[in-house]
Amino acid sequence: MRNNGNTAEVMNGFDVQKIRADFPVLSQKAYGKPLVYFDNAATSQKPQVVIDALVEYYSSYNANIHRGVHYLSQKASQAFDDVRVKVKEFINASSEREIIFVKGTTEAINLVAATLGRSAIGQDDEIIITGMEHHSNIVPWQLLQDQTGCVIKVIPFNEKGELHIEKLTELISNKTKLISVVHTSNSLGTINPVKEIIRTAHAHHIPVMVDGAQAVAHDRVDVQELNCDFFAFSAHKMLGPTGIGVLYGKAELLEKMPPYQGGGEMINSVSFEKTTYNEIPFKFEAGTPNIADVIALGKAIDYLNAMDRKSALQHEQQLLAYATDKISEIESVRIIGTANEKASVLSFVVDGCNALDIGMFLDTMGIAVRTGHHCCEPVMNTFCIPGTIRASFMFYNTFEEIDHFIAGLKKAIALLQVK
Amino acid sequence: MIEEKEKEIVEEFELFDDWTDKYQYIIEIGQKLPALDNQYKVDDNKIKGCQSSVWLHSYEKDGKVFFEADSDSTFVKGEIALLIRVLSGEEPQEIVNAPLKFIDEIGLRQHIAVTRANGLASMIKQMKLYALGIQSRQQA
Repeated sequence: MRNNGNTAEVMNGFDVQKIRADFPVLSQKAYGKPLVYFDNAATSQKPQVVIDALVEYYSSYNANIHRGVHYLSQKASQAFDDVRVKVKEFINASSEREIIFVKGTTEAINLVAATLGRSAIGQDDEIIITGMEHHSNIVPWQLLQDQTGCVIKVIPFNEKGELHIEKLTELISNKTKLISVVHTSNSLGTINPVKEIIRTAHAHHIPVMVDGAQAVAHDRVDVQELNCDFFAFSAHKMLGPTGIGVLYGKAELLEKMPPYQGGGEMINSVSFEKTTYNEIPFKFEAGTPNIADVIALGKAIDYLNAMDRKSALQHEQQLLAYATDKISEIESVRIIGTANEKASVLSFVVDGCNALDIGMFLDTMGIAVRTGHHCCEPVMNTFCIPGTIRASFMFYNTFEEIDHFIAGLKKAIALLQVK
Repeated sequence: MIEEKEKEIVEEFELFDDWTDKYQYIIEIGQKLPALDNQYKVDDNKIKGCQSSVWLHSYEKDGKVFFEADSDSTFVKGEIALLIRVLSGEEPQEIVNAPLKFIDEIGLRQHIAVTRANGLASMIKQMKLYALGIQSRQQA
């Protein structure tokens, strides 16, 4: 099907090699061998324009924002503010007031748990999450549980890694205050029927938080169309830098939530008698923001917007299908996560082989995969496995890379398999 | 002597040019490590790393400390085999004090993220704690 990866990919109107040239890390070597980077679910590689944006900011207009009256400060403030608008448009929020800059998805969820959670979710109130959540969408709610005595309920999933969505209405009660679900599972690849979950939740007047960490890199997200109440994502999974992410929240909810962290910028006025808080989004952005990384996030969005995203997604799905077919031919491999709708994440185990050993062997060939529980211990426990080997693809990966990976996997199995 | 055994291992590893070869050698050593008797593969003996499990059994004989161990990862078994080769059959004090420089010298420290994941550091700590325990009993 894909013997000459280059030709086929160009013929489809999607020039992978041209795109790869934009990502400097992809031409790196690992132990003297060409890098095959299949750990995109952990973090994506960055195009040169994103890297350049960081250098440019610090070289030519670094200044603190919103506070200074001088030229550099104006320039930095403008660049920063422009990105908030860009993010709003990227996810089709109705206002930039609804875009809060945070460290990443984990902080976004912690913010909601700490503010909406502590003010509106009390003893015996209920929160619903799913069995396939990343720890970052489990532990903040457990911390809330410890603090307030609320109860966490879990939507289970089946052997394919698909949610038992019919259980949602059974789990909902008059005590349910929030539903928080992952859009796309980092361990199973499952793309959940988030729109349907939100519709059901809203019919019961329950707000929904969506962990979108794995979603935004691969497909357009429209928060108004989804009608989610909160949406969180991380820049570093969508070509941007680490340390910056976004919490989207509907304005009417954000306005009612108490502040998260206290300090500068999030205040209106401060005295020892009384301090009043700034309006949204600034209420939730205490301290000097991560200015450079916000600007770089803007460049990542520009890069994605300039791409033919539909073709990019199609390419990723073809990579997934190809890798899935090839890996299914290996007898001792068992794929974990076989949902009908999946992102380009391929998790698997090998009978008679330890996942870490396989991952390390592939590493010696320059192939970067991830092994372990992927911060989804409950998922692994459900499958009664300690962890998986996970290959996760991005639009800059190629079919040749998959061939190399499959060959490497077969060699690893030959070396390691306990007979 | 611990230092001599470490020196032998470092010399063996110097024969290899790159990480790929070293990895394969560690795998070979791991595949040769005798399995631990099931009676010792119990929770009390378990050292949990992030991604693999290790069972460590120690006993005293003629004033010296001996170790046997097993893991669900062949690579970790290779690491265990090296540690056992160096530390098993030695005096408790020697074990407690051993700096185990060979781990860096054979280039394993570069892969520290992996060693963190597989609990190598925890394993070493546990072996030294056993030795310390045996030493305390001897001195009591």
